[in-house]
Amino acid sequence: MEPVLQHKEVVLDVSNLCKSFGNNHVLRNFSLRVLKGENVVVVGKSGSGKSVLIKCIIGLMMADSGTVILLGKDVSLISVNELDKIRARVGFLFQSNALYDSMTVRENLLFPLRRHWLKRESTDEESLVREALANVGLEHTLDMMPAELSGGMRKRIALARTLILKPQLILYDEPTTGLDPITSREIIALMNTISKKYNAASVIISHDMNCIKMAADRVVMLIDGRCYAEGNYESLKKHDDAKVAAFFEGE
Amino acid sequence: MNARNQLKLFLVEAGGMARFTGNFFTQVFKPRYETAELLRQCFRVGYHSLPLIGITGFIMGLVLTMQLRPSMIEYGVESQIPAILSIALVREVSPVITALIFAGKIGSSMGAELGSMRVTEQIDAMEVSGTNPFKFLVVTRVLAATLMLPILVLLNDVISLYGAYVGVNITGHTSVQLFIMQVLDNVSFSDLIPAVVKTFFFGFAVGIVGCYKGYFSKKGTEGVGVSANSAVVVASLLVFIIDLIAVQITDLLGFN
Repeated sequence: MEPVLQHKEVVLDVSNLCKSFGNNHVLRNFSLRVLKGENVVVVGKSGSGKSVLIKCIIGLMMADSGTVILLGKDVSLISVNELDKIRARVGFLFQSNALYDSMTVRENLLFPLRRHWLKRESTDEESLVREALANVGLEHTLDMMPAELSGGMRKRIALARTLILKPQLILYDEPTTGLDPITSREIIALMNTISKKYNAASVIISHDMNCIKMAADRVVMLIDGRCYAEGNYESLKKHDDAKVAAFFEGE
Repeated sequence: MNARNQLKLFLVEAGGMARFTGNFFTQVFKPRYETAELLRQCFRVGYHSLPLIGITGFIMGLVLTMQLRPSMIEYGVESQIPAILSIALVREVSPVITALIFAGKIGSSMGAELGSMRVTEQIDAMEVSGTNPFKFLVVTRVLAATLMLPILVLLNDVISLYGAYVGVNITGHTSVQLFIMQVLDNVSFSDLIPAVVKTFFFGFAVGIVGCYKGYFSKKGTEGVGVSANSAVVVASLLVFIIDLIAVQITDLLGFN
């Protein structure tokens, strides 16, 4: 961890998280702390429990044991309404983008603003939509349907939807999966720009080396359900452990 | 798969559906009400089904008349065709056929739509966005199906009777006034009301089954296909079961 980050506010504190599906122990006492403005990339093999981890963080899945303190609140102890209020300050970019097929881009972006307490606070929804689209460079798609967009554009629109509420923490589930290398790099650059602009922390689930290289302040290796190794890209690349080295082979 | 496993699967499914229905009733009265989405679903479910319901209703009335005519002539009661047809159409044929078409069109589309939303994480995205997906997706669709089917059945009654009028006039001649008088003389509110009341239950069953199958769709494109297919099969079966129960109740209440 870089010393400069030590005194920053903790936005996410996961401790001793366990989650099993039958006899398959996906997470075993996994712990992770993310500071304000920090970009953490969680890497691991497919099926190692990365997506389960991110779903436990946002409360889409409940862990068997352990705690998730998200923006100062324990997600397992708060009411649904309180959880929704916390979620309004957290962005979630789904692996499949999860754009609503039956809605236009504008309606997709307006959807997170439906919450009544936000409606009272937000003065101009239209300007929020235009700002979010300008951030991803797709202002002209406002009235298009998701089916009319390319894969990269859909990813950008999904990113714009997570940004509309100016989140303090953004969770990315495999943000570059299924994209070509050039578009992948564009998306990663965009993620970095957005993090800096809003001073938002990021937890990025990925096994894309470009993503690790370009986006990570810190890399956490999730192996056998535990935090197996952590550090920056360079230090992990030189790691002498066989399991860590295997991941960076060919780099 | 042996009988015991099949029974277990059936009970698990029935229990799941009962819980899902219970959840519907707890959510339907709680604010916030998704009125705009409910109206949008009513438009989709009701208005978009009109052409199909209209065409099938017309053909049903026409064909039933033509099939019935030879036997009626044989017994010398050809003039009673409008009376017999109106009773048959209003009480049984129109509600059940409309409900079956509705199950095929709306039940399958609900199963497929919610199934693909589940597979592509759109339902999770709604939850993360602070919107209760059950209320937004399920409650609105089930209510729309429950409210729209009776209206479609009433329209189908009228259109199928028009089909019957055309059928009567293909070989014979009956004036519109005489046809309407014969229908109104023979159909009473005690025929119409039970028939309409049961269609609320048909619509509810189609909505609940379609949404349940889609909402808990298994991952993958095959899962979506299975959801859509089983939604139609189960909803159609439920229509007949509800019809069987309804006829017993109307019999007990003296409407028959």
